[in-house]
Amino acid sequence: MIGFRLIKRKPLPAWARVVIPIAAIVATLVLAAIPILIAGGNLWKSYFYLFHGALGTRYNLLETCVKASPLLLTGLAVAFAFRAKFWNIGAEGQLLAGALTATALGVSLDGIPQMILLPIIIGAGFLAGGIWAAIPALLKTKLKVDDVVSTLLLNYVMIHIMGALLFGPLQQPDSSWPRSSAIVEAACYPILMARSRFHLGIPLALMAVLIIWFINSKTTFGYQSRAVGVNARAADFGGINTTKVILWTALISGGLAGLAGVGELCAIQRRLIMDISPGYGYSGIVIAMLGNLHPIGVLFSSLFFSVVIVGAQTMSRMTGVPTYIAEVIQGMALMVMLIFLLFTEYKISRVRKK
Amino acid sequence: MSELLDIAVISGLIGATMRMATPIIFATLGEILAERSGVLNLGIEGIMLMGAMTGFLVTFSSGSIWTGVVAAALVGMLLGLLMAFLAVDLGLSQHVSGLGITLFSSGLAMFIYRLYVGSPTVPPTIEPFKQIALPVLSKIPLIGPGLFTQYSLTYVAWLLIPLMSILLYKTKLGLKVRTVGENPVVADTVGVNVALTRTLCLVFGGALMGIGGAFLTLAHQNMFLIDVIGGRGWVAIAMVIFGNWDPFKGALGALIFGFLDGLQLRLQGFGIAISFHLFLMIPYLLTIVALISVSRKAAVPGGLLKPYRREEKGG
Repeated sequence: MIGFRLIKRKPLPAWARVVIPIAAIVATLVLAAIPILIAGGNLWKSYFYLFHGALGTRYNLLETCVKASPLLLTGLAVAFAFRAKFWNIGAEGQLLAGALTATALGVSLDGIPQMILLPIIIGAGFLAGGIWAAIPALLKTKLKVDDVVSTLLLNYVMIHIMGALLFGPLQQPDSSWPRSSAIVEAACYPILMARSRFHLGIPLALMAVLIIWFINSKTTFGYQSRAVGVNARAADFGGINTTKVILWTALISGGLAGLAGVGELCAIQRRLIMDISPGYGYSGIVIAMLGNLHPIGVLFSSLFFSVVIVGAQTMSRMTGVPTYIAEVIQGMALMVMLIFLLFTEYKISRVRKK
Repeated sequence: MSELLDIAVISGLIGATMRMATPIIFATLGEILAERSGVLNLGIEGIMLMGAMTGFLVTFSSGSIWTGVVAAALVGMLLGLLMAFLAVDLGLSQHVSGLGITLFSSGLAMFIYRLYVGSPTVPPTIEPFKQIALPVLSKIPLIGPGLFTQYSLTYVAWLLIPLMSILLYKTKLGLKVRTVGENPVVADTVGVNVALTRTLCLVFGGALMGIGGAFLTLAHQNMFLIDVIGGRGWVAIAMVIFGNWDPFKGALGALIFGFLDGLQLRLQGFGIAISFHLFLMIPYLLTIVALISVSRKAAVPGGLLKPYRREEKGG
């Protein structure tokens, strides 16, 4: 009988690390044809509107950048944590923590000039997300509580904290809806390009890419964080304080997700509502993986998913394919990328089974 | 008069506990089966949502509620198979494969639902399961009406707990599953097919997760809402750890969660002037507290999270 077996292969050249995510995207788009066809969409028309809707006009292109900024931040957050094998699946909750903090400050701190108020809000939002991620990191290092489960559960805790506040102290006085008052003008992110929503959060997110790249490749902490991810026990043995490294990794990771929440609040919604995030935190996982946990990779993969999410709106309007195709594509992309990554390390060889 | 009220309240609370625990019990048992064979299935949340959606749509279009349950189980099996392909055959990271399954099947569930139902202002409903009062037992004072006037799926869940325990601890098959989960190298050496065992556990575990999800749209509610699972899959993952990978202890955890969930609903009903969101938070918080209390002495299956490839044996 002929069977197949995976054999370790020699490390692939550097260009493969660029080619593989692109190949994964192409393969995902080919696979996504199946649900599109089932939904009765014309394939060429669907893909045309997907890309046209995201990139075709100036406004759409800028909207794609707007959408990319929270995705980039949550993608960086997840990538930074995963690199240290801190399984932070809680970027969604950390994002909400950031948005909630920005709301609390944004509705109450009136009369402070924007130049002072915005840094306060951004710093506080970062800190809130960081602290929300530090809790599971402490639980992991001190009490051996599984980080996957605790970060996931804390997402739901944060949703309900937000709900309680939006039906309570933060609720807009004359409203029966769970929403806050609008934040003060000075707390809003400035719009940087006329006739668009291109806001301060976009260059901030790009700066975060550079900073994370710098931390990863140029600092001792970045090296230690990676060492803990590769082999925590060996890192511990080699004199790295793994508890401290994981805690700081979590703080930075959660902080990045918190920034995504601040951006969505201060630039897009300008008041807190229950569905401020359509799952950006979970998309961050896909983006981090497709970006190979590398900040530059995360930048490109967040752009790709932003195209998919923005384009799916137009595609849905023009062809009737439900917008949830964007979520299906995200799930598919993650699995395809995983498989493709496998083949950077292994090759299939045919073996004769005894 | 007040005594009567108390009895009604207690009985109602017992009933609600049993109802709210049911989907968690199904999911917890499914996850225990998978993890005992050495595979953490984080696809659980998405598989439950696909089960909930499939169960609902099949019941909606066929008119037969049991067909819906079977369809939900089948979809769960298919997704379990996909998980097995990724995590067992290809040996990919169990964490990321599972999350991939959850993201993919959550997206797919909403996609398919929209495709068939569109976006009507009033969501379609089905005729849900009816509660069945068991003769004699349901007449037991105080606890009888609550415990023994339940949906048939709840009774099935209760039967499954001892069955799963017997399967794992008293049968040859269960010994194989546990050996594969504890030490795949040993299992392979004595001739157990590691990949096949893990695949079967994921497939049947997936069926249970699918049914658990379907309970929410076919019994607990009579419609499909996008947030119908609401993290119950993740709670089940926590219950597996809380229950130390044992069906009875895991089910006990599910019962506690069900009690808190039921209590939360009751308290809301009394119009206590605290936001219901604070009550909704309690089960999740206490799940974390429960994890803290057990995690340090958790007996994790030795082979969990480790993909098994033959040529790496003994390495």
